[in-house]
Amino acid sequence: MRPVYLDNNATTRVDPVVVDAMLPFFTEQFGNPSSIHSFGASVGVSVKKARQQLQQLLGAEHDHEIIYTASGTEADNTAILSALEAMPGRDEIVTSAVEHPAVLALCQHLEKTGRAKVHYIGVDSLGRLDIEAYRNALSDKVALVTLMWANNETGTLFPVEGLAELAKEHGALFHTDAVQAVGKVPIVLKGSAIDMLSLSGHKLHAPKGIGALYVKRGTRFKPLLRGGHQERGRRAGTENAPGIIGLGKAAELAIEHMVDEQTRVKELRDRLEKAILQRIPNCFVNGDPRERLPNTSNIAFEYVEGEAILLHLTRQGIAASSGSACTSGSLEPSHVMKAMNVPFTAAHGSIRFSLSRDNVPEDVDQVIEALPKILEKLRELSPFWDGANKDPKDFKPVYA
Amino acid sequence: MWDYSDKVKDYFFNPKNAGVLGEANAVGEVGAISCGDALKLMLKVDPETETIQDAKFQTFGCGSAIASSSALTELIIGKTLEEAVSITNQDIADFLGGLPPEKMHCSVMGYEALQAAIANFRGEEWHDDHEEGALVCKCFGVDEGVIERAIRMNKLTSIEQVTDYTKAGGGCLTCFDKLEELLAKVNGELVAEGLLAEHAAYRIGGSDAAELKAKAKAKKEAEKAPVREVAAQATSPIAPSSPLPPPSAGMTNLKKIRLIEEAIEELRPYLKKDGGDCELVDVDGNNVMVNLKGACMGCQMASVTISGIQERLIAKLGMPIRIIPVKNTH
Ligand code: FES
Repeated sequence: MRPVYLDNNATTRVDPVVVDAMLPFFTEQFGNPSSIHSFGASVGVSVKKARQQLQQLLGAEHDHEIIYTASGTEADNTAILSALEAMPGRDEIVTSAVEHPAVLALCQHLEKTGRAKVHYIGVDSLGRLDIEAYRNALSDKVALVTLMWANNETGTLFPVEGLAELAKEHGALFHTDAVQAVGKVPIVLKGSAIDMLSLSGHKLHAPKGIGALYVKRGTRFKPLLRGGHQERGRRAGTENAPGIIGLGKAAELAIEHMVDEQTRVKELRDRLEKAILQRIPNCFVNGDPRERLPNTSNIAFEYVEGEAILLHLTRQGIAASSGSACTSGSLEPSHVMKAMNVPFTAAHGSIRFSLSRDNVPEDVDQVIEALPKILEKLRELSPFWDGANKDPKDFKPVYA
Repeated sequence: MWDYSDKVKDYFFNPKNAGVLGEANAVGEVGAISCGDALKLMLKVDPETETIQDAKFQTFGCGSAIASSSALTELIIGKTLEEAVSITNQDIADFLGGLPPEKMHCSVMGYEALQAAIANFRGEEWHDDHEEGALVCKCFGVDEGVIERAIRMNKLTSIEQVTDYTKAGGGCLTCFDKLEELLAKVNGELVAEGLLAEHAAYRIGGSDAAELKAKAKAKKEAEKAPVREVAAQATSPIAPSSPLPPPSAGMTNLKKIRLIEEAIEELRPYLKKDGGDCELVDVDGNNVMVNLKGACMGCQMASVTISGIQERLIAKLGMPIRIIPVKNTH
């Protein structure tokens, strides 16, 4: 049985080309890029090149708009804390109810400690931002708007460029957590109203432990980590040269594979989704069918519990993930499913399949083959299944 | 994922006694789909000897819920009701070679279902009926009786344990005060009976209520963000539907610009219908500068429009293209 990996929104395999690009920086090119001697200087040159590769991927105007961090979480935290400090007289944050914990947990902490008032904007049943509520929350008290580009669970895309323009009208800074979007959808920061953007290496075939924060030139900024002069004083700490170089290479590859991501990967995803919806009764797609990441499919299976599905999939060599409470140790379904008002009958049984350029048609075939039997088996066990409507054609999700 | 024992895995993948028991004369149902856990236990009891001749279950739940339910049926078949009634949730967990602490509530659910089924057979009222005031945790529909029994049987001494075993307190935590009260009360009884050391017993204020509550409050705030139904938008023709031509290496600039112009021309009627427009300004390598006009400019859907055009161009040209909106230069 061939292992099938469909959990790329959790993490991706490091591309072997990326590994090759990194290896010399562990051995012969070990210098500190900030040193002026030859050991360091040559590494410095490579770091500079990597920065330009990432600049290309982001469509940023200047390479020095990129600050390397240790993770997407650090980038998010830096952006939020910097904005609060850099915008005196403003102490409100606008964010959404479906953000990643890297943003939500910090916002909740800031709220709890009285450092900021936070507006959590809701979403509709497709996970789309409530634009009216967003407009209403904006005012000249808002220091920062932080909204994700793409949702990690459903893949739903927020129209961040437009949302950023609205934030500008009130003089607020705009940050986007683009950890899931970078490398999957084309991004052009030059000319946009986006001030800051976070990304994470391991979501785009670079290693873990490297992330970046884009800060548009001219944006008020306060560093999170103070110390040495690395990253032009905006993020102290010796540069993770191998990670930076790996991320640069990964960015270059992402540009090359963008077409593949938007077409072949998307087609694989669509084929998988279509086959599941056709063959398995009482399931539906969570998220915006149109404005969605090309690689993500989150499907709610009614009357069964997600962890049980995952355990069966795992045994058949298929890796996916679940928004189900039971997998995470929390007891309630994911905050995203709750914010979308996904009915309980389905929220507990949501499975996320996230593909990447590594996937091949056989991967999809394997899932299509395995999944209907798993669902049949588990539903036989379910006390709620007896009375359920078994004809997929007649099935309408309660909230549709 | 969880570190389940081999036996849990075995009972999950090959559950014994799953399904509907046609000739059941005792049924116990606990949990609800909204709580993510539910168990229906069906027993066939010999009325003469009160021996459990057969047992089957149906459950909506995770791996350990299925394994626990299955284990329970194995444990009770062949036993008399007298013997079965004293089986505890710990017996179920032990039978499976242990459960992760966070999953102990699955074994408690089995225990509760068994008690409910036995009561049902005896025509007794099972106190799972949430009479006035008995419901403690609204998030998970857990009543006082379940919590007290779980504390007593498992000698629980912290709020976290109560949550692991009953799910109560796993949500908004408004039930915190009541959980504390019950925990302190039952622990007090256990100490008095000599079943629990005094220093181990829980005292009111023993966990940082403020901390837990603040956490719960922040969570609740985040969740009560307004949810508004947005009418589904008609599918826009902007998104490309046809598969890509192969990546066109070596395409001449002229050809590229022609194709870009063509794609934009195809899109304009749709943009115009929405009161907007799009004009090609310049092409620089793979960067395509466009001028969005009218309703498209600055509207919150602008980026959707941009990504739509982008997708269309990528599909048409078979190469990565970036759309850069530029301000009106005319
Ligand atoms: S009422 Fe108990 S967790 Fe909400």
